Amino acid sequence: MSFSVTEPTKGTKWFAGILVVAYAVITIIPLLWIIATGFKSPSDSIAYPPVVVFEPTLEGYVNLFTDRTRATDDMLEAAGPPQTWYEEIARARGTVISGPSRYGERFLNSVIIGFGSTALCMILGTAAAYAFSRFRVPLKDDLLFFILSTRMMPPIAVAIPIFLIFRNLGLNDTHLGMILLYTAVNLSLSVWLLKGFIDEIPLEYEEAALIDGYTRFQAFYKVVLPQAATGIASTAIFCLIFAWNEYAFAVLLTSGEAQTAPPFIPNIIGVNGKDWPAVAAGATIFLVPVMVFTVLLRKHLLRGITFGAVRK
Amino acid sequence: MAQIRIENVRKDFGAFTAVQSSTFTIEDGEFFMLLGPSGCGKTTTLRMMAGLELPTSGEIFIDGEEVGQKPASQRDIAFVFQMFALYPHMNVGKNISYPLLSQGMPKVQVKKKVAEIAEILGITDILNKPVGGLSGGDRQRVALGRAIVRDPKAFFMDEPLGALDAEFREHMSEELRALHDRMNATTVYVTHDQLEAMQMGDKIVVMNHGVVEQFGVPQDIYDWPATKFVAQFIGSPPMNFLNFNGMVGTGSTEVRMNDISITVPEAREGTHGAITFGIRPEHVRLDDSAPYRGRVVATEYLGTTQIVTLETANGAVKARLSSAERVNVGDQTGLQFDARTISLFDAETGKALKSAANKEVLSNG
Ligand SMILES: Nc1ncnc2c1ncn2[C@@H]1O[C@H](COP(=O)(O)OP(=O)(O)OP(=O)(O)O)[C@@H](O)[C@H]1O
Ligand SMILES: [Mg+2]
Repeated sequence: MSFSVTEPTKGTKWFAGILVVAYAVITIIPLLWIIATGFKSPSDSIAYPPVVVFEPTLEGYVNLFTDRTRATDDMLEAAGPPQTWYEEIARARGTVISGPSRYGERFLNSVIIGFGSTALCMILGTAAAYAFSRFRVPLKDDLLFFILSTRMMPPIAVAIPIFLIFRNLGLNDTHLGMILLYTAVNLSLSVWLLKGFIDEIPLEYEEAALIDGYTRFQAFYKVVLPQAATGIASTAIFCLIFAWNEYAFAVLLTSGEAQTAPPFIPNIIGVNGKDWPAVAAGATIFLVPVMVFTVLLRKHLLRGITFGAVRK
Repeated sequence: MAQIRIENVRKDFGAFTAVQSSTFTIEDGEFFMLLGPSGCGKTTTLRMMAGLELPTSGEIFIDGEEVGQKPASQRDIAFVFQMFALYPHMNVGKNISYPLLSQGMPKVQVKKKVAEIAEILGITDILNKPVGGLSGGDRQRVALGRAIVRDPKAFFMDEPLGALDAEFREHMSEELRALHDRMNATTVYVTHDQLEAMQMGDKIVVMNHGVVEQFGVPQDIYDWPATKFVAQFIGSPPMNFLNFNGMVGTGSTEVRMNDISITVPEAREGTHGAITFGIRPEHVRLDDSAPYRGRVVATEYLGTTQIVTLETANGAVKARLSSAERVNVGDQTGLQFDARTISLFDAETGKALKSAANKEVLSNG
């Protein structure tokens, strides 16, 4: 058998394959569990031993998106037959739908705050990283260290000062406040990651653009940005995931207007006993945007996450 | 196309001076070589001419206009980078058209122009390819295409053949020279390869440690180097140096080296003390009757010629002789120097002493 340095042996391949599959299964089980639970009836969701095969129902989703009140028989009589499929599901439990729940709003808040802070973080981060990479910035190394040092403690350690600052500035429970907060937390990461990516882009490309008659700014966005796309995409994913999943500050700083989905989802439990399917449904829907975003940027991600090591 | 004049241009990077007060002129349509060893400031000089680096002091004139502090985008020049710097996110055609797009030229016209340039460079069939997979030669051609597409005032090239393998360099340098002759564009070409400079250049400026050592046509620089550095840097093997203590009087036509009188071109400048006697290998002949003696220590056969190394009282001398001549290691023999070709240098300053033979060359550089 010939021996090759680059081609692993069959045995190695099998071993690696099994390892990867096993890891994938282990990580994906909780996810599948959540998705499945969203389609279970409340009794199936708490059955022991757990049921794997069950009759799917949309009750969890209906409960997630609606507020319901327990109705007496008279009231049910007066309301007439159910008009829609979701009313039918609610009636089956002896309740009537009194209106939409707040999940939709909270979800929208998450979208606004998550994507808003990611976008802001990318704009500021790219500009700062470009400056650090290309210009002679006074005290550059100290500044970079200082920026990184904001990540050296858990952000929640400064919760109280931030709470007070937000209260005084009237930023409590506002979209703007949360966008600024998440941007501030993520910015150090994005500056550092993006600087690494921009450092990798040879200066000659910009110089070529300058020679070709473009201004410095045109050279930046026509030549540097397209080449930094990989880095920007992967950095954006990191920022979005953090902002999207952030729980502690959201609990602390938002309650109504600007509350995001993470602090809202656990609240669902309390409304009508232990409504696990509704919680699971909320979590499932909550997963979708990040998943879509990641899949859309997947092409860039693989190269990006290795931080430029496999470029060229 | 344009004349380019560099006057007392200096560049400091912090405390380090990369270029010290350079002055030279590139005439309209010239193929001009910036030659020097690594780190001597060639690239820095070129970048200042292009506007990618601003001079610390001094003036740069392109077409009579002082552009020293103007940004690159306003100088209307083209630059071919060492690694070509083709935009990796664009295909070949887009790369070539990019300088035209910045001028807002209409699409139809751009297309026509790009096709025309591709025709000249023989790259029509790769116009739609991404630049990533191109061979070195094709990259080179695309980079040239991007440079010539705009009819700029001048072309600047920083070791444009450096990234190609030896075999291809030869071919590409011919192509480059042919392209220049066809377009008659003022071209400034940076290289550390003296052979390349001699072969391709109409004129050469030789730099060392940020200082312009000499500038002029290749033949003049080869024959009448202004400094010991130039004499050593150009030619292979380089000029022979024989060091002695003595004197040269203004108007004299001989020097006495170890009490042997040697005829030299009539001196126009005198000195005494440490003097270096310079002679090119091809101007040394072996002649048993000559009074200046040496011993053969090595011979190197090169086909039609051979390089014979001799030991003398003043240092080693290499002679380029016909291969027909029979020379054996260990032979004691006399050395005859062609009197018309001798250069004398002040060993201390390294500067050539003016003589009747080199005064014209030295006065313009
Ligand atoms: N931006 C810079 N900052 C500090 N020093 C620099 C800078 N650019 C060049 N130098 C220094 O200036 C000197 C001249 O550099 P330059 O690139 O002009 O040399 P070169 O003649 O082109 O050499 P090579 O043949 O190696 O390309 C070098 O010593 C280099 O280290
Ligand atoms: Mg250089």
